[in-house]
Parts: sequence; structure tokens; C-alpha cells
Amino acid sequence: MIKDITLGQYFPGKSIVHKLDPRVKVLLTLFNIVFIFIAGNFSSLGLMSVYTVAAMLFSGVPFNRYLRSTRGVIFVILFTAVLNLFYGGGAVLVQWGFLQITAGGVRNAIFIAVRIIVLILMSAVLTYTTSPTQLTDALERLMKPLKIFHIKVHEIAMMMTIALRFVPTLLEETDKIISAQKARGADLESGGLISRVKALIPILIPLFVSSFRRAYDLAMAMECRCYNGGKGRTKMKILHIAVKDIIISVITVLIGVGVILLNIFVTEMFL
Amino acid sequence: MNVLETKNLTYTYGAGTPFCKTAVKNINITIEQGAFIGLIGHTGSGKSTLIQQFNGLLKPTSGTVLLNGKDIWEQKKEIRKVRFQVGMVFQYPEYQLFEDTVRKDIGFGPKNMKLSKEEADKRVIAAVNFVGLDHALLEKSPFELSGGEKRRAAIAGVIAMDPDVLILDEPTAGLDPQGRDKLLNQIKSYHSKRKNTVILVSHSMEDIARVADRILVMNNGKVFLFDETAKVFAHAKELEQIGLCVPQITKIMTKLHEKGYPVSPGVFTLEQAVQELFPLLMERGAAND
Repeated sequence: MIKDITLGQYFPGKSIVHKLDPRVKVLLTLFNIVFIFIAGNFSSLGLMSVYTVAAMLFSGVPFNRYLRSTRGVIFVILFTAVLNLFYGGGAVLVQWGFLQITAGGVRNAIFIAVRIIVLILMSAVLTYTTSPTQLTDALERLMKPLKIFHIKVHEIAMMMTIALRFVPTLLEETDKIISAQKARGADLESGGLISRVKALIPILIPLFVSSFRRAYDLAMAMECRCYNGGKGRTKMKILHIAVKDIIISVITVLIGVGVILLNIFVTEMFL
Repeated sequence: MNVLETKNLTYTYGAGTPFCKTAVKNINITIEQGAFIGLIGHTGSGKSTLIQQFNGLLKPTSGTVLLNGKDIWEQKKEIRKVRFQVGMVFQYPEYQLFEDTVRKDIGFGPKNMKLSKEEADKRVIAAVNFVGLDHALLEKSPFELSGGEKRRAAIAGVIAMDPDVLILDEPTAGLDPQGRDKLLNQIKSYHSKRKNTVILVSHSMEDIARVADRILVMNNGKVFLFDETAKVFAHAKELEQIGLCVPQITKIMTKLHEKGYPVSPGVFTLEQAVQELFPLLMERGAAND
């Protein structure tokens, strides 16, 4: 059933990573992603990997969950790794027509694969430990300076929250409509491309109609509670930067400095 | 003859995952051709899971569903034909309307059955008559209709397939009392004219008491009671224990019976109660004069 798809991968918990201020978490994740790219050799990338694994351990989220997050992009990882095999200099390992695999190519392939995996795990730490509401809240706060460009930050954040909120509802609705049309003999499983696309009409139209209905209802309900956009709106949960946020930020910055130093002073052990 | 029969029917959601939940356990029932069955049970008792297996929308985890003596999953490719024989009206069926005219929408089922155009048209008209929809609405867009009319149009869409078994999941939910009575009467008269089998799922004992000959009570995925209407309502205490209740009028009549008035406790519609009580009151009136 469609319902079983898990969207938004928040994994509730009480770990120190969960308790960090979401704004700090978003900023630190961005910082780390930048430094994963800055890391230019195996030692500096290794430092980022250790940092990422430490964050994963502290998050208290089961390890196989993290593995599952990389499963979706395994094709991308393999593809880039294989492509990189053929680039780079050094000793030729395999020669096959005009294609040649060199030691440098192997090194590049491994390096790129590790970089992508660490990248994904790093962002998984954020999405596993931060609920969608916290995330949008943090983004709203962080984007606040954009207001001087007349960007409606609050409205964007509200739209994101509503969209996330309605994903499961619409999936359930879709499931119901599919069942109802199947009960009237709709054939969704057989036929060529065109007849399959046509078979979607009886599902998409009711889905659109009910989405609009829900939108009107929600708008009405929000107006009844005097919602009128972000102006003068206060927060129930005010975000506070705590000591642990500062400590972790300092550690992260130090690791960033470490990455730069390793980049400059360590010459590669390989090659 | 039995039109539907289940053998050790069991359905488990998410089998093989930590979240698995058995919604329907070991159900063995037979439903006779021409019966009007009321299916009742509170939320989560497995009603919807059970009925969705009758027309092959859900495939049983174990056990079989026999339609006219044949296992419906015997030939997987023929499962669509089963859905034409066992028509199913979902809860709030008005949300499934999609065509640009009511006529086309009601004709969606017959079109999927690959009937000739004349035959399909005939069925649409017959279905519209059964549910009491104004013919003038046929060329309108289904989205222009009122809530009650939409409901009728959607039910007609299933009736137009002329199923041997018609399953209705809470067809009166969200209708006003008048609309509810009218719709129930129409379903009842459809049943008596067409002489097919109807299964009505409802939360309302009053509704079921008015139309069903037999009642199937579900609790925790199992059959709690399956008997003639009057006999089921005789189990008032057990029904209350599982969070259901008998119609209010039955409660009153039972109390009167307990107090020694000469009335039958097995009364479950207002009309029957009037018949029982009216002579009694006349007698009293005559004695007081």
C-alpha cells in the first residue's frame, strides 16, 4: 500500500543531538557539508568521516537506519565511482582498448565514493534527529534576514509546514480513491503506456478536487483563528541557544580548522 | 444457495514487519443469496478489511473467499470480474466522482465491463431510478450536485454494474436524518426488487435494525455474533460489553417488559413499538374512563 512509504525520516529520541537547537544543527550541517568538499586528501576526509560517525553514534539512531538512507543513492555512488576509475594519472593497472584504469583513478573512485557517503550520512543525522516542524522553524529563523529583500519568509515556512503535514493525508486519500475506482473495475495494471496514463484520470481528478476542498477548509479554519500571516506573530516555542550548542559549534569549527591544516601539511600516503 | 462463503479467512497488515497487525482472524461465514446482511462493529473491529476481501481489493493472508462456490483468487487475472459481481460502495463515495457528466460517471463501471453502449445506457437509467436521482441531473457535472445527490450518483455508479452482491460501507454517514431514512428505504426497495444480496456496514444499530434480516457483529477481528436480527438484539448485555448497544427503542421495550408490562422485548423499530404500545394505551384509556 502507498500508505507504508515513510516520508520525513524523523526518528524520535532524546539524545544530545536531538536536543541541540535546530538552527545550530542546520548551520553546522551546512558548515560540515562545505568542509566535506574542502577536504582534499584522505586524511582530512578521514577526519570528517570520524566526526560524522561520532555524530551518528551520539544521535542514538540505529545504525541500519543510516545504512538505509544510503541505499537510495547507491546507484549514484557506483556510477560516479566507476566513471572516476578512468580519470587520473599514475601507474596503469588495466588497459582495455582506449580505456585504462590507473592507480590514480582507483584512488579518485574511492575518494569520491567516501565523500558522497559521508555527505549523505551527515545530512541524515540532521533529518533523523530534527522533526519537520523544528526544521521549518529553524529555516524560518535563519532566513529572517532575507526580509529586507521583501521575501515573505514566514509564508514560505508556513507553506513548507502545511505541505509536509498533508503528505500522509493525501497518500491515504489516494489509496482510498484507487480502491474505490478499482471497485468500479478501473484497470490500472495492464495496457500500454497511453492507456495506463488514461487510467490515472479517474484517480487524479478526485484527488485534485479533494485537495482544493481541503485547502479551502484549512484556509477557513486558519482565518477563524485570526491567522493573518507572520506580522506580529509570536512563537510558542522560542528557540534558545544553550551551552551545549556553543560547545558543539566550537568543536565543529576546530575540526574545520583541522581539515584545512591536514589539507595543507599532509602529503598523501597513497600514490 | 450461498453466494459468499469464507473459510478460515485471515488478514494481516504489514506481515513480516515489526508493525504487523492481524485485522481479521479466522472468519468462517456463509452468506445466502438474497440476504440483507447488516455488518456492525466499532472502529478497528475489522469490518472494512473483511469487506475489501469479498471483492478482491485485499488478498487474504490465509484462507479463501468463495463466490458462488469458486475461490475468487483461483485465477488472478479474473479478479476484475469478481469486482463486477461484488459491487462495493466505499465510505463517502462522492469523493470518487470524476467525469464531466453524471451520466458518464455512473457509466464508468459498465464501460469497464465492456458492455455495449445501449446496454450500458440502460443500466445507467435503471441505476438512477433505483437511487431516486432526477433524470435532469444526468447531463450536469457531478461537481455541481448537492452533497446528497452526489452520494446517490456515486451509489448509482456501483449499482449500474448490476452486481450479485452489493456492499455499502456506511452509506448514510454525514446525511441528515431525512436523507438517511430516504436512502435506507431506497436501498431496501432496491434489494426487494432486484433480489440480490446486500451487505450494509454501519455504526448505527437503528439503521441496521430497520433494513437487515441478519446481523453480523464483529469484535477484534473475529465474528462475535451472526444471526437473525431479533436474535442478535436479544444479546443486549454482551453487545454492551463490546462497546455496542441495541437500538434505543429496544432498550425502552426491554425495560417495560422487565417492569411487567405485556410487551415483547424483541422490538427494534419504532413502527413495531407503536404497534405494541398503541393497543396497550387504548386499554388503559378505556379503563380510566
